[in-house]
Amino acid sequence: MTVNEKSNSTARWQYLDRIRKTKGPFNDDDYDTSEEVLSMHGTQKILVIGAGGLGCEILKDLAMSGFRDIHVIDMDTIDVSNLNRQFLFRKADVGKYKAEVAAKFVERRVKGVQITAHNCKIQDFEEDFYMQFQFVICGLDSIEARRWINATLVNMVDDENPDSLKPLIDGGTEGFKGQTRVIFPTITPCIECQLDLYAPRAAVPLCTLATIPRQPEHCIEWAHIMAWEQEKPFPTLDKDDPEHISWLYKKALARAEEFKIPGVTYALTQGVVKNIIPAIASTNAIIAASCCNEALKIATSAAPYMGMNETYMQYQGDESIYTNTFKYAKKEDCAVCGNLPKPLQVDPKWTLQELLDSFATNASAQLKKPSIRTEDKTLYMQFPPALEEQTRPNLEKKLKEDLGLEEKQEIAVTDPAFPALSFRFFLKFS
Amino acid sequence: MTEIVTSQTPPILHGPSEKEKKYDRQLRLWAASGQAALESANILLVNSGAGTVGVETLKNLVLPGIGKFTIVDDAIVSETDLGVNFFLDESCLGKLRSQCCAELLQELNPDAQGDWYPKEKASVNLGQILDSMPMYTLIMYTLPIRPEDLAAIKTYGRKHQTPLISIHSAGFYSYFQINLPGAFPIVDTHPEVEKTVDLRLLHPWPELVKFSQEMTKDIDSASDHDHGHLPYVVILLHYLEKWKEGNGGEYPTEYKAKMAFRKMVSEMARTNNPEGGEENFQEAVSAVNRNVKKPQLEQSLEEVFDHKLSNEVEMSSSFWMIARAMKKFYQKNGCLPLPGGLPDMKAQSSVYVKLQSIYKAKARKDALEVLETVRSSPGGKDVDPAEVDMFCKNASFVKLVNATAEGRDFKQILQQEKQNDELAEAIGTPLSLLPIYLALSATSHKPLASADEIKADIVGIWPDVADDMRVMQSSEEVARAGGGELHNISALTGGMVAQEAIKIITKQYIPIDNTCIFDGISSRCQVLRL
Repeated sequence: MTVNEKSNSTARWQYLDRIRKTKGPFNDDDYDTSEEVLSMHGTQKILVIGAGGLGCEILKDLAMSGFRDIHVIDMDTIDVSNLNRQFLFRKADVGKYKAEVAAKFVERRVKGVQITAHNCKIQDFEEDFYMQFQFVICGLDSIEARRWINATLVNMVDDENPDSLKPLIDGGTEGFKGQTRVIFPTITPCIECQLDLYAPRAAVPLCTLATIPRQPEHCIEWAHIMAWEQEKPFPTLDKDDPEHISWLYKKALARAEEFKIPGVTYALTQGVVKNIIPAIASTNAIIAASCCNEALKIATSAAPYMGMNETYMQYQGDESIYTNTFKYAKKEDCAVCGNLPKPLQVDPKWTLQELLDSFATNASAQLKKPSIRTEDKTLYMQFPPALEEQTRPNLEKKLKEDLGLEEKQEIAVTDPAFPALSFRFFLKFS
Repeated sequence: MTEIVTSQTPPILHGPSEKEKKYDRQLRLWAASGQAALESANILLVNSGAGTVGVETLKNLVLPGIGKFTIVDDAIVSETDLGVNFFLDESCLGKLRSQCCAELLQELNPDAQGDWYPKEKASVNLGQILDSMPMYTLIMYTLPIRPEDLAAIKTYGRKHQTPLISIHSAGFYSYFQINLPGAFPIVDTHPEVEKTVDLRLLHPWPELVKFSQEMTKDIDSASDHDHGHLPYVVILLHYLEKWKEGNGGEYPTEYKAKMAFRKMVSEMARTNNPEGGEENFQEAVSAVNRNVKKPQLEQSLEEVFDHKLSNEVEMSSSFWMIARAMKKFYQKNGCLPLPGGLPDMKAQSSVYVKLQSIYKAKARKDALEVLETVRSSPGGKDVDPAEVDMFCKNASFVKLVNATAEGRDFKQILQQEKQNDELAEAIGTPLSLLPIYLALSATSHKPLASADEIKADIVGIWPDVADDMRVMQSSEEVARAGGGELHNISALTGGMVAQEAIKIITKQYIPIDNTCIFDGISSRCQVLRL
């Protein structure tokens, strides 16, 4: 850096530096304001997961907070419906990779920041990739991806190596509401501990869809689940293909007319089939900035941060403004960071198939492809095919009568979505 | 009355337009009506100080498609701006901040139109500029600000009845304050769907009674299939009558009676089937607590009914005409117009649709009665039936923001907050953020004030807080910022202000009343009426 550049840089970061060089009333007594500590901040390496509504904001906020080495992962490409909030994208960018376009935009706008884009899935990387970062910020809409990175970061913690502990900051929004969470893996409650906050929607019974629809949603689900399977107008359903959605819409509309049910529209069809969550720029701005504010405080100690006492900030903006910032309890029976099995309420008369199906809707499990075993016996394995075939007859058997499972017996469940995890349960008969 | 969508015309079989695609995720919140309001809005930002929080707010309004925005700011872009404001780059150094920000914001969305003042480098006489400008839907200004500019904005706001939002972001703190020109009613408040269910089980009307009686006349000899598909509304109406017979004509409205009634309904379910029960009876039992109740007037609506019209704008507004008609309806009928919605419940499709139409027909009849009252009142001829319909549908959730124009007793609020703080630790509630507001306010016109100066300023006005540790801490923290903004805090605050601006412009959801204080250290907000 030349003398001139240095004085420019001093002028540029004047506001941030002033805060950092001045001890505030809430700082610890040993708050370090030396140049040496100050200059460390820019060299920290940060990983951003997701370059969508939250991700675009997070990249901007980090660059404007003096972070200079940022990586971003996103496998998605830009869709026209992103443009109302994902402000680093323009109409001409539709179809391009989000991570790449977002990284280039911020690099162009903010001098001195380097953003490395990865147009792929988080599951494509191994632990050694994640080990290079000081912390991770997530702006995701998928619970499954959150659970995966959470489990990875918790598993990476090595008590002998303090650098292996990567704080995880997680943001999420829906309409005018959102939340920020700060997690110190193994020390504070992890995403999995809080899984029951995201209970899956109860599914409409199939017999309602098949015989007694009453709501427009029932007609749409019927078209989606039943009519499509029966008629297969296209080989596989692509929920982003307007032609496919139109087909479902027309089917749903015809069924609604048959039963005189009002309210089936194209937008509703799309919303139900894709499970669309409303999203606006302002809420993303709030939650992303809250995440980056915590990141800046953790990275610089410029002020006390969330994580140790309060771990969760809930934001509601639909009726006045309300925030609730509180401490979430760590769970000893968390499948990721705890070491006890969870209780699992089951009916001893259930078949193994019924037990397997229940994991998808069970708020504290949410597993779609479970395999299951007891301490000494494999009950059902989804993979490999040979083992699946061998264990398939068990699916028809009743838990107590046929399989001999007992009250308080421990079972272990695995799912290909979370290869590193084994979910432990003990049975409670109802 | 014209038709309020009585028959279903099949929607046209085409996909969404380009605009509907682009705005899909927000149309699901505020619909086409909200979008139209945004697109016809014209907003002004008077930008001053470090200059980021207002621009971040605009970003969140330009993206969803605000019609027009104008930035007034006579600052020249400096190196320091580039460290905090994302809507500037190297090429902007030495140029007008208003123009550079307006251009980079405009670039976000071709649907929005941006403008700026001054057009050339010169200091601005805000009073003069405002006089020469068109009418604004909303004006935002950022602090610290020159006193004469603040005075000019307030004069304009009073004269044109324009909503004003002041915003101050410094270091880890911020607040913003909304000043509405008068009582601000909102009809489309978007309450949670569960709260809006109104089945009128204790006030059934003849058509509903007849339908229910016909369905239940042979209830005990009905086939298992028919019995298992009775809608829970019908089940409850039937057994409420039975209950009355055995209880001196009284409905089960008290807790104990409700429990007993639940037991009665639950015992009537047939259990000699493979499921060992009936889903519709389970639904009926769990609907008792929420739905077996006498109609009650929500406090927010009571406020609307009691409101005294204070000026001509209010006298001639369709909202207040409908509100008066609504009050008459309530006084005459002892309940509000029926909203008309029916939640999903286990039933045969045709039975459900019929029941749904009975609720809708009653809602239409009630709305018609309100409309006739409106039409017969002075000036009521031109009121849009759709507005009456919306009001009837949402009557319980209509909300009046800024209901009284009276000045607030600040001293009393201060004492109340202090008292709360004394109990806060014991009951585990967060501490008041009012000290942050006091400290920021003390720097409204002097960003570089020291902690001692800030505190002296506050104590000068409110001697009571001289020993308050929180006031001292807030003063130190504000002085620490030296008038500088932290990008994150300004981005976060800009998000909150934009949400509020959208609520005001669309007249949907419920805006704050009237000040929101944010503490970026403890990561929380507090809303106070100041």
